[in-house]
Amino acid sequence: MGIDLKSASFEGWRRENGRMGVRNHVIILPVDDLSNAAAQAVANNIQGAMAIPHAYGRLQFGADLDLHFLTLIGTGCNPNVAGVVVIGIEPQWTGKIVEGVAKSGKPVEGFAIEQNGDINTIAAASRAAYRMVKHASRLKKTKASMVELWVSTKCGESDTTSGLASCPTVGNSFDKLWENGNTLVFGETSEITGGEHLVAARCKTPEIRSQFMAMFDRYQAMIERHKTSDLSDSQPTKGNIEGGLTTIEEKALGNITKIGKKCTVDGVLDKAEAPTHAGLWFMDSSSAAAEMVTLCAASGFAVHTFPTGQGNVIGNPILPVIKLTANPRTQRTMSEHIDVDVTGLLQKQINMDEAGEALLDCIIRTAEGEQTAAELLGHREFSLTRLYESA
Amino acid sequence: MTIDFVVHDEGDSVGVVVVEGLKAGATLNGWIMDQDRMMKFDARSDIPIGHKLAIRAIAKGDSIIKYGVDIGRAVADIEPGAHLHVHNVKTKRW
Repeated sequence: MGIDLKSASFEGWRRENGRMGVRNHVIILPVDDLSNAAAQAVANNIQGAMAIPHAYGRLQFGADLDLHFLTLIGTGCNPNVAGVVVIGIEPQWTGKIVEGVAKSGKPVEGFAIEQNGDINTIAAASRAAYRMVKHASRLKKTKASMVELWVSTKCGESDTTSGLASCPTVGNSFDKLWENGNTLVFGETSEITGGEHLVAARCKTPEIRSQFMAMFDRYQAMIERHKTSDLSDSQPTKGNIEGGLTTIEEKALGNITKIGKKCTVDGVLDKAEAPTHAGLWFMDSSSAAAEMVTLCAASGFAVHTFPTGQGNVIGNPILPVIKLTANPRTQRTMSEHIDVDVTGLLQKQINMDEAGEALLDCIIRTAEGEQTAAELLGHREFSLTRLYESA
Repeated sequence: MTIDFVVHDEGDSVGVVVVEGLKAGATLNGWIMDQDRMMKFDARSDIPIGHKLAIRAIAKGDSIIKYGVDIGRAVADIEPGAHLHVHNVKTKRW
């Protein structure tokens, strides 16, 4: 009964570093905001190349700059990416990202705009993108065991149906994937507030527990330092409140049902840090959907599961985002955004195990190339997490 | 039979409305998930889908229990069957 994950497999692309990818993107990655126009021009010139514009990359310093580099290099190294063209305003930071991505062994070339201008840069980078798309299109898919699929989760525009049904559906799938030995991640540090004792109790060792609590406490201290109210204007969000969630504690208890009932928290990650072994990881991260999913992609995850209540429409340029909802109004009014309908859970038409199986089936289909709702609708939100002001 | 509201655990103070257009005075079918038991309850107010109703009397200052865990404090007395949300419950954090 159900999907036998031990014998299940998917066909994807095995990258130079051994990781399995489920998409075959060639990306045009700007180092900074100034290079977005050139990156987008290259993607316009070469079919099959995708620009990933963003708002930052100038005058950052210290840990904030380190995170910028880590996120862009991680995005380039993600196994869903076949090749990378990096464009920056000047050659040095451009070279740093090229060097970082090159460690994965995949094709990467960098171009700087100063002393060339946009037009010459676009011409040279377009030729590189042309070669890379040609290269990527020649790569053959190969079969891999399910255990090689890295799966991330984060929910958004949650409501009470998220905690009742769609988040526990992810939890049911995660329990099965975790027992199978998959590599998994969850995060959203502020959205554990009120349930931190439950996550702490799930940490595999006292060391991991104290690492988790240190990350949790640091985030709480940051909120305490900057807050001007009880945050009820932003956390829960207006959408959460419209959907019936009243307090952060209530939202958190729903959120953490995504880690199921069996998984232990087997390690903690800083933002955009890559896991070093299989199991369930906690990533210290923002609860804002695009920021968190961007960090999951930068950490190397290949498929993302995203429960929503009120209908968050997020996607990511390179990480397929699977959406599920248990809210019948959202399913009725926004069905083009939903990949897995679990509304039947609330009317006892299906049970949690069946919902978890339906999600696993969608995860496998997505890994095999089926397009998600967010991909079909062109959602490519790429949001870099900032730690503080630029210099 | 349509399930009108769902309760996580029998010890909880609240249930979640899972149907659209619920009106005051309606007799509601409730499902207590963890114990897989049904209950009936009368709604005291119109309650939108996803929003909560109190399934016991709650006094100002009481903790609200959901998932068997404290999710905040009542800032007003709340009658059984009444709409329970940001107007009568606040976080204990932040």
